[in-house]
Amino acid sequence: MKRVPVVQMDGINKWFPGVKANNNINFRVYPGEIHALLGENGAGKSTLASILAGLYRPDSGTIKVKGQPLKLRSPRLALQAGIGMIYQHFRLVNNMTVAENVMLGAKGGIRIRSDRIEQRVRDLSEQFGLAVDPHARISHLSLGEQQRVEILKMLYRGCDILIMDEPTTVLTPQEVKELFHTLRLMADQGKAVVLITHKLSEVMAIADYVTVLRRGEVVGSDHIQNLDEQTLTRMMVAREVIFPEFNRSHQLGPTVLAVSDLSVPNDRGRTAVRRANLELHEGEILAIAGVAGNGQRELVEALAGLRSASSGSIRLRGKEIRHLPIRERSAMGLTFIPEDRLGMGLVPNISVVENAMLRNYRYPENRRGLLLDYRKLEAYTRSLVDRYQVAVANIHHPVNYLSGGNLQKLLLGRELDLNPDVLVAAYPVRGLDVAAAQAVYDLMLEQRQKGTAIMLVLEDLDDIFRLADRVAVMYNGEIKAILNVRETDIDSIGALMLGAQRVGV
Amino acid sequence: MNRLRLVRRNNESWLVKVAVPIASILLAILVGWIFLAVSGYEAAETYRRMIQGAFGSPYAVSETIVKAIPLALTGLAVSIAFRMKLWNIGAEGQLYMGAFAAGGVVLLLGDWPSLPLLTLMLVAGFAAGAIWGLIPGALRAIWNVNETITTLLLNYVAIFWVSYLVFGPWKDPNAMGFPLAPRFPETAYLPAIPGSRVHVGILIAVVVAIILYMVLKYTRWGFEVRVAGESPEAARYAGMNVARNILLVMLVSGGIAGMTGMIEVSGITHRLQQDISANYGYTGIIIAWLARLNPFAILLVAFLFGALLVGGFGVQTFGIPYAIVLMLQGAVLFFLLAGEIMLKYRVTMSRED
Repeated sequence: MKRVPVVQMDGINKWFPGVKANNNINFRVYPGEIHALLGENGAGKSTLASILAGLYRPDSGTIKVKGQPLKLRSPRLALQAGIGMIYQHFRLVNNMTVAENVMLGAKGGIRIRSDRIEQRVRDLSEQFGLAVDPHARISHLSLGEQQRVEILKMLYRGCDILIMDEPTTVLTPQEVKELFHTLRLMADQGKAVVLITHKLSEVMAIADYVTVLRRGEVVGSDHIQNLDEQTLTRMMVAREVIFPEFNRSHQLGPTVLAVSDLSVPNDRGRTAVRRANLELHEGEILAIAGVAGNGQRELVEALAGLRSASSGSIRLRGKEIRHLPIRERSAMGLTFIPEDRLGMGLVPNISVVENAMLRNYRYPENRRGLLLDYRKLEAYTRSLVDRYQVAVANIHHPVNYLSGGNLQKLLLGRELDLNPDVLVAAYPVRGLDVAAAQAVYDLMLEQRQKGTAIMLVLEDLDDIFRLADRVAVMYNGEIKAILNVRETDIDSIGALMLGAQRVGV
Repeated sequence: MNRLRLVRRNNESWLVKVAVPIASILLAILVGWIFLAVSGYEAAETYRRMIQGAFGSPYAVSETIVKAIPLALTGLAVSIAFRMKLWNIGAEGQLYMGAFAAGGVVLLLGDWPSLPLLTLMLVAGFAAGAIWGLIPGALRAIWNVNETITTLLLNYVAIFWVSYLVFGPWKDPNAMGFPLAPRFPETAYLPAIPGSRVHVGILIAVVVAIILYMVLKYTRWGFEVRVAGESPEAARYAGMNVARNILLVMLVSGGIAGMTGMIEVSGITHRLQQDISANYGYTGIIIAWLARLNPFAILLVAFLFGALLVGGFGVQTFGIPYAIVLMLQGAVLFFLLAGEIMLKYRVTMSRED
């Protein structure tokens, strides 16, 4: 018997300003299958899933559900077609009960038959192993239980295609087990589950079929039997194996930044970085590698001063800076390029000039009496835009109109113009096209040549080999190893990223 | 099948910015026209009287200006807070506290010569409003308490505080039992154009608008306020002291509203009493938004709102119930706000296949 895919997406394209989030994606899901959609942050997984769930409209491409071509213009239409998506942030009403949340927005007559609804909720709970009391208030439930309510909601609406976006990030290990049990039961009863994740161990544990996305494209898809973690890592992060050699130093310069025993909490107060130790030297590029969510972000934010560390020390040229505010760190020569270019690094809705002056508007020489000297600041912006080859039509236009590459060049230019001793950048080439990424690589290598100590959080293993002298691999909040890039290879780094014990060196 | 769709405009053209509000007002007039006609009133005559009431004579224009002054000032007061996405809806209470402080100065130092007395009243009005703004500002800056609620609730405290004073300790024994504080000496009156009630407050409003415009556009602090309003994350990243800016913005915002209170008691009522403000603090919010927080546009919109108020009084004498006037005002507001969406989006027809 030839199996018919329950979801068939062909040639899906989706642009966001400056980024192609989905590039000609073909995606098929079969009934009774748990299908993992794997990829790094920003690979396009969530975009693809949101298109399927009716939240976004594709710029082009076709979608067939159960063989029928459909235009999924809204989440409601997607639900009618049997597609339900559970987001990372739950859509539940906190001061209502489980049963009330389940029936909210579902079809039914005017009269609410609560006894029937509750019975149905109980039946579904039992059928799929979703233990939850229909009378309990959402605010009294753990995140794991709330997730069960979300699943119940979808089942109650008759979904047979369930999309879950990173469902395990909020769960305890025990809850993960229970969730997987439920998903398996659903698959056994002929439902299709799409699991969005970047965790390889989960994929290996639960998925039947895997599609790997990278930079908005499908890089491979296959049955889990034909895959192993190493292959998947390579698919996720590596593209080609030819790197232009550059003159890597054999000797390290003097230490500029020394981090010792640094622990940093995440937004929820849990430890995200555990007793990290590293040294950053003059004229080197140190890459921070790791699967997203293993503490890289928290580490660099703590160095920048955007997040306070819970213990340990950060010394810049021997001086303790852990408790110093951002402005003072920046005055001491530490500069940070955030992951969030437009929103943190640059301010949307204000002009290129005003973004260019974000660092130096306080300087006395940019003031005339009480007022800012805009003529001077405009001249400065023109020179900045010129030197860093930022393509702008008009420096008085808001920066929103710039492409991702030009935004990054403007941001980098502004920060490099401060002549920093230490440059820390999070995902400096994420979402950029090849040419723009190359421009960023060139700027980094040039800066390294000038003696700046550079730390880059990179997600693409290729980039590590293209840029870095040394690489620190993070796993589960710990720095597992710091390796010389010359003396290592993709497989060793990949293994460390997956939590393997330190190899070699 | 054709479907209407809203598509986000890439940039707002100058033409649209002017055309949309004008179209909105015309639509409101049309709806009001139909409503009046159906209710059995002469629509044309009603509108004629409204316009005459607001602009028809030097006296009408002067009254429109008298109403526009506090509306402009409260609009300016809240606009600076809105720039930083601080929802100060407490201009009403800050106004009352300013009036209270100005009244207190007169009570204590009423025998001073006019200029120093008025100056001190203005400073005291500003300071009292500023403190009333700083309380929610500090709560927000330190403990992240929602300023929408605190500013709103403090309004009631301020209004009832003034009521308490005029019913109790500050009640004028010669007011025949009315809840009024004693009348100010003439040295405490704001100078006015002879023969009208238009007072120096109009100059103050214009000066405040110019200063706000310059500060926001051309000073380091104004730049910080705009950056923090657009993106608090970027402000933090750039090392700006967001808490300090919250305090300063609330101080200035409350101060301007407090000054408005002083201007009303000193320029119009000439005594502290209840109902100094005809909801100026709240109407100022609408004015600030309609003017898209532009200080000069706030002056203009406040003038139109003053006209709407005064024109409304005009038709009442013509036998039209005040409720209908309110309805007309509501329609104008409704269409202006609905027109906002046309500034951000355009309607397109798309063919479904």
